[in-house]
Amino acid sequence: MSASQQPAVTPTKVTEPDEPSRWHGIFREITTGNAIISVLAVVLALLVGAVMIALTNPNVQESAGYFFSRPGDMLFAVWDAVSGAYSALFQGSVYNFRRPSFADGIKPLTETLTYATPLIAAGLGVALGFRVGLFNIGGRGQMLIAATLGGWVAFALELPAGIHMIAALVAGVLGGALWGGLVGLLKARTGAHEVITTIMLNYVAFYLVSFLLRDGFLRTPGSNNPKSPATKETAVFFDLLGPNYNLHFGFILVIAATVFTWWLLSRSNLGFKFRAVGENPNAAKVAGISVQRMYVYAMLFSGGLVGLAGINQVLGTTTSGFGAGIDSGIGFDAITVALLGRSKPWGVFAAGILFGAFKAGSFSMQAAEGVPIDIVLVVQSLIVLFIAAPPLVRAIFRLPAPGAPRRRPLPNVTQEVAAK
Amino acid sequence: MSTIAPVNQPTQPTGPEEGPATTVIKSWKVPIILGVFTVLGFLLMVVFGRTGTSTMVLSTSSDLIQLPDVLLPTLPTGIVISILLAGITALSAWMVQTHRKVPLWLISVFAVLLLIGFLTWASADERIPVPGLLFGSLSLAVPLIFGALGGVISERVGVVNVAIEGQLLAGAFTSAIVASVTQQPLLGLLAAMVAGVLVSFVLAAFSIKYFVDQVIVGVVLNVLVTGLTGFLFSEVLAPNAATLNQPPKFERINIPLLSEIPIIGPVFFRQTLIVYIMYIAVAAVYYGIFHTKWGLRLRAVGEHPQAADTVGINVTGTRFWNVSLAGAVAGLGGAYFTLGSVGAFGKEMTAGAGFIALAAVIFGRWDPIRATLAALLFGFASNLQNVLSIIGSPVPSEFMLMLPYLVTIFAVAGLVGQSRGPAASGKPYIKS
Repeated sequence: MSASQQPAVTPTKVTEPDEPSRWHGIFREITTGNAIISVLAVVLALLVGAVMIALTNPNVQESAGYFFSRPGDMLFAVWDAVSGAYSALFQGSVYNFRRPSFADGIKPLTETLTYATPLIAAGLGVALGFRVGLFNIGGRGQMLIAATLGGWVAFALELPAGIHMIAALVAGVLGGALWGGLVGLLKARTGAHEVITTIMLNYVAFYLVSFLLRDGFLRTPGSNNPKSPATKETAVFFDLLGPNYNLHFGFILVIAATVFTWWLLSRSNLGFKFRAVGENPNAAKVAGISVQRMYVYAMLFSGGLVGLAGINQVLGTTTSGFGAGIDSGIGFDAITVALLGRSKPWGVFAAGILFGAFKAGSFSMQAAEGVPIDIVLVVQSLIVLFIAAPPLVRAIFRLPAPGAPRRRPLPNVTQEVAAK
Repeated sequence: MSTIAPVNQPTQPTGPEEGPATTVIKSWKVPIILGVFTVLGFLLMVVFGRTGTSTMVLSTSSDLIQLPDVLLPTLPTGIVISILLAGITALSAWMVQTHRKVPLWLISVFAVLLLIGFLTWASADERIPVPGLLFGSLSLAVPLIFGALGGVISERVGVVNVAIEGQLLAGAFTSAIVASVTQQPLLGLLAAMVAGVLVSFVLAAFSIKYFVDQVIVGVVLNVLVTGLTGFLFSEVLAPNAATLNQPPKFERINIPLLSEIPIIGPVFFRQTLIVYIMYIAVAAVYYGIFHTKWGLRLRAVGEHPQAADTVGINVTGTRFWNVSLAGAVAGLGGAYFTLGSVGAFGKEMTAGAGFIALAAVIFGRWDPIRATLAALLFGFASNLQNVLSIIGSPVPSEFMLMLPYLVTIFAVAGLVGQSRGPAASGKPYIKS
């Protein structure tokens, strides 16, 4: 898809090096014309967010009442509200200048990476689905089943440290893969549309887990709370930077998962078939690829990656036992992450970190300035929208379409998702 | 193109070749699915059967014509129904064996029988209020139906509408504010349509003008509307709830005569204005799409835009305005949340109804009537759980809650199978 998706978004870029090396490819992805569009898209989205913060700020509203007598008051109030909110966002997600030492000041950045971890994992899963032409909305269900199986291994079994963690990890990833693979199997065998089955399996998983928590093998003995027992010490992901930081081993796993997905999609035989099916299932069939089997494999991998996000929650983030809301909407956020990352592994990685930063910062923004967390959703979605439509961003900033031939470019429209 | 073709095929033959129309490929899918359900039903109703008497209450106290309660002995009813189910399964197997198609009505009869059997089993020594059950189902289905109609219009014209959720939510939000400020529910309804159209404008602009992948725009719009309404709810609505978030609800209107028909009357004709608008909308969309010039053009643009363009139809314009219309219809569904059922806006109050509506569109194979029926099925299944939790069902409530979604998976996998949407849906049209 990288070759054909690119023109869909930036139809003007045509030159492509013959055989770009791996680092060259990454470098190119960051620095080509897309980069400036991406930056401007973020700026634009933040501007819209600023307008919303300013409009709803009580000080701004008050000073707007006497705008014509003292306009400075209102401008100052706007500046105060917006800069306060965004500096809180920054200090909550990257570096907190109010802390005395560097070790304390950098803590928000580690929080960002912690929040980014499941987003990247699940985003990779959704992106992999996109590349095969499957729209996996079932992140929620796959995460829940992963948490159930992996969580059970993590709290019920007695195993030596390390092995226990690996066992729980494997169980979780398998759980996600099974739940995802079921969708692939249904699609391959009966043609059931994956959009329907993933949505339905989300609900099935949610109620199944609710039941297990209330009356099944996930129930904490002697407790009426629908919450599982705590993860055993031997299975918990170890901290990467010591006990003062929340960043855990999961982040390393996610980096590994990104490398793996990149390898799978662009270097492996299977990945080639995946992309062929994603580009054009009919052509792939003619070329002798079993489209049905690819759907099953793709959903297995997709579900497994989303399952990694689920088990990450249980072993890394919420180790004190989980409820039915352990997925905390990550399965849906992952769709936006995958879209922002253009369904490319490293793109998803970067998008996941950006969204992780927004998530980490939004809490401090709400605490410090009283700006509701929902503003982050608005900014995130606007970023994706703007990045997806470079002509719009160019029109707003009056940028010339770089090196464009005068005729109207013909976007090479890919069937990224065949959800109809 | 084959727009209507899938409508007339209740069970599509599986297998690679669909070439010559005369070859009917034997598909054992239907008998197998029916067989599975028969066995399950037999296990539940007979092997794990419950003794007692189930009471079906058919009339409400305010009815003019009072029907007597139906008393069913639980176990014998289960046995009889199991036998009937087995009979239908055998019949369908025989039909497949002799190269006949299993008609849809037979499957419907099977489903209704299974349902009656299940209700009887669940309500041993209890009373099930049938009109209440159906009334609640319809209420839950109303926003789904509006959403599904919006989806059908939009996808038939060639723009995938994943943004139904956003349109519903925007409609709910706007109608709550406007109706609260003006104290006019009708104005709220209008505002909901406008809000839905606005969401559609973004969808249409990005997907038609900027050729952005339609699914991307749809998904992102859902997030955007969720964020916007959530933000404004916390910042504006919640602090001023008395003035901005207390819309007057629509009153129920009893239609004379019709509302006195036993069972049907209380369910369908003692509803609010929005529900009556829904009846009209379903009929209008069906008639419009299949029997008018507008519908023909709409379908042409959705199936083969190039051909439509060749005969002089303005593809971009047709798409833009019909997507907007779809937004207006879906917006109405949003208004039902605030003006019809709940009575105030709440954060993320649509709770995934838009996605269920999307599933109904696909389940109903892009046909307004079938999509409506699918939405009704979802509504019924959700409400069945509510009713059974009141009378105290022997099944853990979570499994009852799961049931509608499981049934959908079975139905989609077993009976609907490969569903083909409008050919050009999801593909932008670039005039060359």
